[in-house]
Amino acid sequence: MDFLSLQGIHHTYFTKTSATTALSDISLEIGEGEFVSFLGPSGCGKTTLLSIIAGLLEPTAGTVTLEEKDVQEASKNIGYMLQQDYLFPWKTIEENILLGLKIDGSLNDSNRDYALTLLEKMGLKGVEKQYPKQLSGGMRQRVALVRTLATEPKLLMLDEPFSALDYQTKLKLEDLVSNTLKSFGKTAILVTHDIGEAIAMSDRIFLFSSSPGQIHKTFIMPDDLREATPFNARNHEAYSSIFQTVWKELESLEPTNKH
Amino acid sequence: MNPQTNIEQGHRRYLQSLKREKKWVRFYQLIIFLVFFSGWEIASRMQWIDPLIFSSPFKVWELFLTKVQDGTLFVDLSYTLFETIFGFILGTVLGTLLAAILWWSPLLSKIADPYLVVLNSMPKVALGPILIVALGPSFTSIVAMGAIISIIITTIVVYTSFKEVDPNYIKVLQTFGATRFQIFKEAILPASFPVIISTLKVNVGLSWVGVIVGEFLVASKGLGYMIIYGFQVFNFTLVMLSLLVIAIFATIMYQLVELLERKLIKNGS
Repeated sequence: MDFLSLQGIHHTYFTKTSATTALSDISLEIGEGEFVSFLGPSGCGKTTLLSIIAGLLEPTAGTVTLEEKDVQEASKNIGYMLQQDYLFPWKTIEENILLGLKIDGSLNDSNRDYALTLLEKMGLKGVEKQYPKQLSGGMRQRVALVRTLATEPKLLMLDEPFSALDYQTKLKLEDLVSNTLKSFGKTAILVTHDIGEAIAMSDRIFLFSSSPGQIHKTFIMPDDLREATPFNARNHEAYSSIFQTVWKELESLEPTNKH
Repeated sequence: MNPQTNIEQGHRRYLQSLKREKKWVRFYQLIIFLVFFSGWEIASRMQWIDPLIFSSPFKVWELFLTKVQDGTLFVDLSYTLFETIFGFILGTVLGTLLAAILWWSPLLSKIADPYLVVLNSMPKVALGPILIVALGPSFTSIVAMGAIISIIITTIVVYTSFKEVDPNYIKVLQTFGATRFQIFKEAILPASFPVIISTLKVNVGLSWVGVIVGEFLVASKGLGYMIIYGFQVFNFTLVMLSLLVIAIFATIMYQLVELLERKLIKNGS
């Protein structure tokens, strides 16, 4: 049985002057513990799709089910990490990471300890009482990850979480996130426009074409790459040939984008 | 000479230059103060300005001493202070509350929009006579003046800041399944604190305007009454005294709001 299932998702945005179809006929299944990437040019509706999966947005047509339940009811099982950390600047790090638990009213000593342990695992011991401003970009993004994981979601969605970071920090965080998610056996969806990142981190890549957003192709990563950490995957011999294949597919999408 | 002592010396010199600059700033501020009051005194004594209209610092000081001794100054001052503080708090709290209601219901805010524009453009002190007739020539109507003058502008400014909170903060909360009230409490309100505080600063000034005008109209007690009474009996020493006291206490209130600002807004900076 599939963990997450999308059936015939269509979405159209309406404005006064136009109706834009952002997503058209998206159907896919993701198994439990799988790490998949949504790769595609900007404007292909990736973020819209995440919002739909998160239950924040009702699709014009189609259904999303998580463990055979409608996402509107299952939304507590979904964690969503945004492009930037969006830590609340007036809250301390501790208050920030406990926010999700506080919101759903489940905060107690044991999950507080869990969140603080996570923070420690991310190499952020001793920053609990500090404010986000006092931390570097990479540290803040790690705090944001702890905040997302603290509610123990079954499905994690990462919306270009590394795009605002410098390259070195990005590589380190890719490894950290990948290892953390693997060790907890979490299912994850990564949205990115970085081919290398998609190959290095995921088990499967869905390549999207734009206007309207559609699944153009699916790539399944070889086992070697899946088992390697993202950093090592980038150095793996299979990496560059897959990169070329994905690159060519992305290029082939280009002409349809021409105005 | 080793570089370490060089740096230390440089730092010391930098601190000294900062100190020196501060001293000069203070010095010129004092000079302006002294020149203004001594100039006023001299001009008045030499009859360069009409002493009957402009009085003089010395006469104001003498009047101040007698009014302190017979206690009448404190009576008027305390009336005005209470009215201003009440009006100020009422205006700010009600304005923020209205802003919260508008944020809560986007439909209501669309409906209310033209009325807010009209109310905001309206000179609120023009409502004075109606307030006095409706609420009686008393403390209540003066407080109402102090409040009404700041309430609409507070609503508009705070509501705008509520709407401008980065939607991604709301998205973060929504992914945790937050209710609209939780979104308001965790993101909208704290994110708008800086704006609310800066409207507080504006409202201090506005409430003084409302209260003084209210006292002009009610004309029974307070610093505003002192001004209108001094004007009617042509005692401009009394008017000047009242103005100086108002200036001092309005400044004190403003400073208190700044103190509150430093207490409330903390994000590790």
